[in-house]
Amino acid sequence: MNYCLWCDEELIVHTNWGNVIHLQKQQKLCPLCIAKFKKITGNRCTICSRPSGNKTCEDCEKWKSIYAGNDPLDRNVSLYSYNHFMKEMIAKWKYRGDYILGEVFRREWLIHFMKSYSTLKKQAAIIPIPLSDERLIERGFNQSQLLASFLNLKQMEILKRIHSEKQSKKTRIERMMSENPFTLTKPITKPVILIDDIYTTGRTIRHAANLLKINGCPKVYAYTLVRG
Amino acid sequence: MITYVSRKLVSMWNQLIGKKGRITSHHSPPLRTKDVQLDNNYVKDLAKKYTGKLLLRDEIVVQEALFQKLLTYRIFTPIPSIQNGLFFTKCIRCNNKKKSLFAEIPCSRCQKRHRYCRNCINMGRVMECEHLYYWSGERYRWPQLKSPCTWNGTLTEAQQHAADKIMETVKRGGEQLVWAVTGAGKTEMLFQGITTALELGKRVCIATPRADVVRELLPRLQRAFTSLHIQALYSGSRDNDGTAQLMIATTHQLLRYQHAFDVLIIDEIDAFPFHHDKSLQFAARRAAKKNAARIYLTATPRKKLRNRVMTKKIDYVFVPVRFHGLPLEIPNLFYCSSLKRRLENNMLPEKFIQWLKEREKPTRQMLIFVPTIQLANSLREPLISLFLHHQLISNQKEMISVHAEDKVREEKITSFREKKIYALITTTILERGVTFPSIDVAVLDAGHIIFDEAALVQITGRAGRSPVDPKGEVVFFHDGKTDAMIMARDSILEMNKRAMKLTTNSKKE
Repeated sequence: MNYCLWCDEELIVHTNWGNVIHLQKQQKLCPLCIAKFKKITGNRCTICSRPSGNKTCEDCEKWKSIYAGNDPLDRNVSLYSYNHFMKEMIAKWKYRGDYILGEVFRREWLIHFMKSYSTLKKQAAIIPIPLSDERLIERGFNQSQLLASFLNLKQMEILKRIHSEKQSKKTRIERMMSENPFTLTKPITKPVILIDDIYTTGRTIRHAANLLKINGCPKVYAYTLVRG
Repeated sequence: MITYVSRKLVSMWNQLIGKKGRITSHHSPPLRTKDVQLDNNYVKDLAKKYTGKLLLRDEIVVQEALFQKLLTYRIFTPIPSIQNGLFFTKCIRCNNKKKSLFAEIPCSRCQKRHRYCRNCINMGRVMECEHLYYWSGERYRWPQLKSPCTWNGTLTEAQQHAADKIMETVKRGGEQLVWAVTGAGKTEMLFQGITTALELGKRVCIATPRADVVRELLPRLQRAFTSLHIQALYSGSRDNDGTAQLMIATTHQLLRYQHAFDVLIIDEIDAFPFHHDKSLQFAARRAAKKNAARIYLTATPRKKLRNRVMTKKIDYVFVPVRFHGLPLEIPNLFYCSSLKRRLENNMLPEKFIQWLKEREKPTRQMLIFVPTIQLANSLREPLISLFLHHQLISNQKEMISVHAEDKVREEKITSFREKKIYALITTTILERGVTFPSIDVAVLDAGHIIFDEAALVQITGRAGRSPVDPKGEVVFFHDGKTDAMIMARDSILEMNKRAMKLTTNSKKE
């Protein structure tokens, strides 16, 4: 018996030729809950994946000027947009620590990765954004690492994070002013794909990207679940 | 030997919490005795905070070293948080046994993969590798308060009868159902019982399934017990360390308590989610002491409870009269063809428009109930234009919608209460526990499955609650009568009949 991971309703699988022949992957959510997700489609900013008509959005232009014309982040791809349902889902998964909810994303997350980074996946290094040790103890797991593990590729853990206030508790200006919380244990000369759960202002990702680039990394991409 | 151990203990504590003995005069007993006093106070503080609770380590705000000491002296006792039987797994905190509501996590604290409970995860995650702790030191004794009640209103005869019964139960312990119609003045009936309990040094908790009701109750109780510290617990409450003798809490919060209360009053016992959530019922059972008084308040008891009443397994008192003595409003049912489709297409039924024109008192505010959040949002615009057209409102801001996912719902409800808003479109969140003095009530699509008998009776009970304007129209718009509607109307008629009997009887006497 299977239950929806979100609303705990029983999942009814209809038998059809499709799932008789190929044993279909088990669904984790009921159709009603799946419908509440909103995927990012259509035109988007080529850098940060925000739905927009322009090629690069205002924020990315700003980032470019902050880093003196050299945006450390080459491209971010996000899967979902941040709606009310996603907010609750992330809150329960990440902050409440309902580990199993990660499974909800596994399939789409992998499929979308294959589509958007198909050419890169062999040569690039996968680096999940780390948590500080304190935060890791508090939460019990690292959501970015879990997401990275869904890609079935080797992860490199060369970033370390210093403990600081949660990004989500800060205002936008405070976020922008925050200091780089990352340190690098080993320089890397391959292109990198950073993995994180949510891209809000892009501050965290760019801190990490900047550090990598300074230490000789040629290209930094990001793959995130949600574009806030 | 005992004194030696106790002295040793005291000195260790002092080191841990960094307290230093005060300078004492020459002829007083040695320093240590004085310190025992001090430490007793500290432990007493802890006792006040933690007696009767069942908590995770994170919820106990004590430094680790000191906590270990408290454990060795058995002042806190750990118990496993998740029990593994041969064929089942059980969360000790919420009694969840459902397999789909457990999952495994590779824990970064213990470096193992183990279970956690998903059912009560909103109260903080219960992990298999962590314990739950309860206070096993000396229990805190709540003071016997002297006349804490400052309320000096009077009760009607029917209310007084119920209040006496409640008082009796408080003294004796055991279960008691108070079946009082909507607007009977249930809260006021409680005051005497609560006063008695506080005077006897008992600890009282008023629990209710709805956070809105908690927020509504707090100021009312605060006014009745002005000098008493009352705490309200709900998710997001500020003053929430659970150290008051009189508490108001959502039933979810009771999950953190174990044998804590001498008197547990459950208001709106039939409300969602309490009536179908087994773990909340479990929590309510466990939160009260074994011989505690349990008082259930409701206007619409569910079948199970009614059966217990019928078979005399539970003591009950019935209050069929509203506090102002007038009968309950009787809902009018209006049939509107293809109502569901019309509402989906943002069209309002003709009958509704007609009723709007013919209302007795257009000055009354309006509550409009709709079955879904979606409708609450989408119907707002057509309703605004209609109301503007009939000059019931002067601008758009006088009509708003509110639902459970609304972040500013408290403010919206307050501004409705302050009559800044003329009409409020709402889902069933406002069906119970809230009082607006003078309103008319309309239910759009009353045949929807969400409007069961209890909900409809409660909704009807929102009207006519003010002694100044004890009437109010209640109209159900439907596209086919459901059992719920008919049963709701019948039960209201039945209550009114009983109320009539009661008043004529008392007049004869």
